[in-house]
Formats: sequence, C-alpha cells, structure tokens
Amino acid sequence: MSHSEDWPLWEVFLRGRRGLSHQHVGSLHAPDPELALQNARDLYTRRGEGVSIWVVRSTEVHASDPDDQGPLFDPPSDKAYRHPTFYKVPEDLQL
Amino acid sequence: MPPTNSDESRDLAFQEAIDADRTVEPRDWMPERYRSTMVRQIAQHAHSEIIGMQPEGNWITRAPSLRRKAILLAKVQDEAGHGLYLYAAAETLGVGRGELTELLITGRQKYSSIFNYPTLTWADVGAIGWLVDGAAITNQLALTKTSYGPYARAMVRICREESFHQRQGFELLAELSRGTRAQHEMAQDAVNRWWWPALMMFGPPDSESPNTAQSMAWKIKRVSNDDLRQRFVDMTVPQSRALGLDLPDSQLRWNEARGHYDFGPIDWEEFRQVVGGHGACNAQRIAVRRAADEGGAWVREAARAWEVRQQSRTSAA
Repeated sequence: MSHSEDWPLWEVFLRGRRGLSHQHVGSLHAPDPELALQNARDLYTRRGEGVSIWVVRSTEVHASDPDDQGPLFDPPSDKAYRHPTFYKVPEDLQL
Repeated sequence: MPPTNSDESRDLAFQEAIDADRTVEPRDWMPERYRSTMVRQIAQHAHSEIIGMQPEGNWITRAPSLRRKAILLAKVQDEAGHGLYLYAAAETLGVGRGELTELLITGRQKYSSIFNYPTLTWADVGAIGWLVDGAAITNQLALTKTSYGPYARAMVRICREESFHQRQGFELLAELSRGTRAQHEMAQDAVNRWWWPALMMFGPPDSESPNTAQSMAWKIKRVSNDDLRQRFVDMTVPQSRALGLDLPDSQLRWNEARGHYDFGPIDWEEFRQVVGGHGACNAQRIAVRRAADEGGAWVREAARAWEVRQQSRTSAA
C-alpha cells in the first residue's frame, strides 16, 4: 500500500459571522471541492467558528516572494502624508 | 531577510531575525537543520494526536452515561482535528501527508510514549484528561510562541480547544473520588499509574537533552523540559487536593526557599524502555494505525478515481 499520491491540498477560508470577510484558517486534503467543503466543516467549524466556508486549491494561490518584501512594501513607508496623523489640526475640533 | 550570497551570512541573518522575535514563515529561507528539526517535531506532535485517539477511543462504547459518551466522542474527534492541523503545518515545510503516515507506521518517526500505556479502567479516561492533557497543555502553551508561524498558529488553536479536555477529566475524577469507596479507589489507582508517565512527557532532564540549546536559540522551544515539568507539578498539586486524591510521591513537598514543589526522582529507565518500543501497547498502537491506513486505502483511491471521471466528463461536455 503506497501513499505515492496524496489527495490535493486545499486552503480553507471561514466567515466568522455575517458582516465579516472570509479569513484563512488552514488547509486540508480532499479529492474534490465537495469533499473539501465537508472536511473543512468537520475540521474547522466544530465549535461554531463560521457561517460560510471557501475552499481553494492550494496550487491556485499565487504568492509574493518573501525576498521581494523590501521592494514590494517599502515605498509607502516614506509617504507618511497618507496617514491622518500626519496633519496638524486644532485639538478641540472633531475632525 | 536581506538577500546574501553565503550560507554563513544567511545563517547569521536568520538568527538575527529570530532574536528580533520575527516569526519564520514557510517560504522564508531557513537553515536546513531548522527545517528538519521542525519537520521532526511537528510530525511527532501530529502522530501523538492521532495515536492518542486510541487509548481513550477504546472507552467510547463503554462510557457510563450518554453525557460521558458524547464528551468522550467530542474529545477524540478533537484529537483527530489536532493531528490534522499539525500535519498541515508540517506539510508547509515540504513533506507529504502520506510520507508522514508511512514514517509513523514503519516506526521511523516517533509519537509521545505516554500513549503506549494501557487504559485499564474508566477512571483512566479521567486521569488522561486531567494529567496527560494537563501536561500537554503546559507544553503547548509554551509552543504558541514558537518561532515557526504555522506551528505556533496550530498551537493557539489547539490550546483553545484543549482546555475542555483537561476540565472534563478533572470533573470525571472528582465525581469518582466523591463516589463509592470502590469508585474512589479506582480513581486513585488511575492517578497512581498516570502520574509518573505524565511527568515523563516533558522529556529527559535538561542536563541530558542534547538538542535543547539549539532549539532554544532558534526559539523553537521557549521553555526547557525541567522548567515545564516544574510548572506542571506546581499547578497540579493543589488540584489533587481539591480532588481528594494523592499523588504517588512520598518526596513531594513545598520548598519555601525555591518557591516550588520538590518531587522525587523520575524512573528514566522506564522512559527509555517505553520510547525504545518496549511499553505495554507500542506494537498494538502501530498495528491499529496501520490497519486503519490500509483499510482506508480503497476509499482514498475510489474518491480520487471518481474525481478524475468527473473532470473528464466536464471537459467532454
């Protein structure tokens, strides 16, 4: 008996309650989308953690390279004027 | 981490990031030994959850009430879930799920030796919840701050779910302890048998734990074996009094100067025997896991074959 080929891996996203967006909670193996949803229900919502589940084949997720973190995310750090705290306004005003 | 050319400077940058409490994530560069240590530790932890379903699972059909049966079912189902969270964490390091199962059932990777002890009476279910899960939680709380992100996140989730495991064990034992004389004795007998193995769960003493220094430097381990063990003893002694049950150690007493409980010497020879495969249930645990794996093989294959056929129908249509 061999394990040469595992069932594909899926990423699981849960909506905690209505009004919130789906958030990544983990991953699991399943042969198809239907069983991935069933398995996600059993594995990630045993205590009412969600009202909606998304499952996405892990191979369909494209990620940024951690080594590119600098070039990708640094530029905004010198643009402090994008934040409200950059501006001086009278303290006694609601603004 | 800034890109560098040599392994040495990468190692240095990695250590600096760890020192600055930066979490390591799956696609980050990491030293090969960090990766292999992490795979081994997470896999062993996952195997422990999966094998850990057996000693208690044996009591599901014999639970004394519907309430206790429902609780035990939920607990064993949780252990399965915890195993799966952990396998998923290990897989982020590039190992396959099937590969890990294979390593377990061929004895090339280990699981916690605590699960090689038998569950002789119903009170053992209580003692496992109170002592074994209590020890596991002590260890796992420290691991919620471990440096590898996926492992730490699995630990947070597991700790949140496990607090009920310890409480149900405590409650079960409390009920037996205050029950008939025979029930009280059954509870005491279970505690007598599980106390020392529970202390061994934290692993060998720091002086004989060769990998501790590196694991601490990499912040895989945040608290040493002996410190965790002491933490567990200090926490458990008052609980045993509340239960009206004795801990089987004549040298157990409060040490005012240390601010901790002193306890007697642990039989490390027994630990080595059980880890070495000579515990009461080692062979049985692996045989049951292997049978489940082999018995389930056709289901895994059938589900995959069905999906392949669905795919070909969709593309033909």
